[in-house]
Amino acid sequence: MTGAAVTQPVPADERSIGLWGDALRRMRRSPAAIVGGSIITFFVLVAIFAPFIAPFDPTRGDLGSSYLPPSGEHFFGTNVQGQDVFSRIVFGSRLTLGIAVMSVTIGVTFGSLLGALAGYFRGWVDATIMRGVDIMLSIPGLLLAIAVVSWLGRGVVQIAIAIAIVNVPIFARILRGSLLALRDADYVIAAKSVGVGGQTLLLRHMLPNAIGPLIVQATLALATAVVDAAALGFLGLGPPDPRTPEWGAMLSDTYRYLTDAIHLAFFPGIAIVLAVLGFNLLGDGMREALDPKLRR
Amino acid sequence: MAKFIIRRLLLLIPILLGLTLLIFVFTRLLPGDPATTILGERATPENLALVRESLGLDRPLHEQYFQYMGGLLQGDLGRSFITNQDVVNDFLQRFPATIELSVAAIIFAIAAGIPLGVYTAKRRGTWVDASGTVLSLIGISIPIFFLGLMLKWIFAIQFPILPDSGRIDLVDYFIPRVTNFMTVDALLAGEPGGFIDALRHLVLPALALGTIPLAIIMRITRASVIDVLNEDYVRTAHAKGLRESTVDGRHILRNALLPVVTVIGLQTGLLLGGAILTETIFSWGGVGRWIYDAVRTRDYQIIQSGVLMLALIFVLVNLVVDISYAFLNPRIRHS
Repeated sequence: MTGAAVTQPVPADERSIGLWGDALRRMRRSPAAIVGGSIITFFVLVAIFAPFIAPFDPTRGDLGSSYLPPSGEHFFGTNVQGQDVFSRIVFGSRLTLGIAVMSVTIGVTFGSLLGALAGYFRGWVDATIMRGVDIMLSIPGLLLAIAVVSWLGRGVVQIAIAIAIVNVPIFARILRGSLLALRDADYVIAAKSVGVGGQTLLLRHMLPNAIGPLIVQATLALATAVVDAAALGFLGLGPPDPRTPEWGAMLSDTYRYLTDAIHLAFFPGIAIVLAVLGFNLLGDGMREALDPKLRR
Repeated sequence: MAKFIIRRLLLLIPILLGLTLLIFVFTRLLPGDPATTILGERATPENLALVRESLGLDRPLHEQYFQYMGGLLQGDLGRSFITNQDVVNDFLQRFPATIELSVAAIIFAIAAGIPLGVYTAKRRGTWVDASGTVLSLIGISIPIFFLGLMLKWIFAIQFPILPDSGRIDLVDYFIPRVTNFMTVDALLAGEPGGFIDALRHLVLPALALGTIPLAIIMRITRASVIDVLNEDYVRTAHAKGLRESTVDGRHILRNALLPVVTVIGLQTGLLLGGAILTETIFSWGGVGRWIYDAVRTRDYQIIQSGVLMLALIFVLVNLVVDISYAFLNPRIRHS
């Protein structure tokens, strides 16, 4: 017998819009989600159309025109190598968004795998995984990321992995928590009582209902990933080629010239703040939309 | 309560053991060879072998681990591969700087975050609340290094009212190092001017490091106070004619601060991570920068011992938070 045997056919006009339709509808009414979503859409568009937006080659320097203040030609001025700061920020969005998405994807995948194993099997599997999670969480995140980058190297994928490793225990804990809470939910007990078990129970009945908090956390983790990637760049652990436009590194190679050229630090910094703010707002809006307790 | 504490302490043992193993394996995975770091690229193979032997790096991994654990249990965390300084000594010299900075940051975060959270919660739905929410979101979204640079530019360069780096003015004050807490040492040396100067040096780094915890504490306090405001006992307290301030302090805050305590504990990890960035920007000679430098020079001994000690502190702080949480909340204590 399967779970399908107990579901009654529902007439089309009475079909409920479901959790996701409902969440999407409420997100469209949340100012946080709208503003956050718009900021992120803006950055995604900038990243995609970077070659058409940037007036200069972000890697080409011209020592004759270094340190220029912001002007009509160089909107955000030029840096010590005479590279156009505006163009570097535009192209830098690709790297930042790429690392963020890559690292969160890796983190969610491995984290939820561990969380699902722990929450589903429980017993010694749970105990082992969760102690491992505790150990990982006891190391300050940035320190762990620094260590991983110095182990794996400074490539883009390696940086993404380093940031992902910090996130894995967080996702594992969240998914496990939701699964444990669902164990006693009426519909899970009902499904069990009609003989649904194993994978079907986990994949069809429990995971779809446990995934909300995970999505919210993933969005917020994108914000942290942007900060972490920039922090690694700032500490000189970003991509090894100094010509690569990376927001965090742009801040660090300017902070020695803070006195005369504040624009060199100001504009990339604002770009980071905006991107992080966008993801945070979006995550907040999603949390409100997905949390039934906050429904009005 | 005693049983609760003992249970939590016993849970620490597997975590700490796992941590030592993880850190040990990890440092061995780092690329590069400490012997090469010490002797340089042009060292002869014989000399490299000699150095590896003297560091114990030629022995099997499990022997190295047991040797390391043996030392650990006796409080010996080894010597730096590069400077040959005692790691515990080095750590203890730098750690007060990091504590001083972190404590200043968290005091700032709590002192501003809790009142702001309560204030906005009680004006829920007004423009005060809305702008508070927006500001706290921006606070969470500003990276420490950007905020640090901007603070430095505004308050040390444009309007030079605060020092831009270091822990004290070394030209004006000579403070003998006793505790390595600059503020305390200045007082011990009978230098009130030095004490003020040390405090002035603390302001910008503490603001930079404390802003994210401030915003987080404010948000949690606000959410938590709003929850409590709707409780029956708050209405009862108002109904029986208690003064506003009594209801705020005795009925609302006491219940609303429970989740805030947990969050403050969790911030320690962020502070220790953020210390690396703050210490870099403000040339603050603390542990964060020390470990970061060790990673770059592949000084295994410092990395494994330094990270272990930081992690231990983080775990202990959270233990204290858990215990105080149980202490504050009778519902947990008696369950």
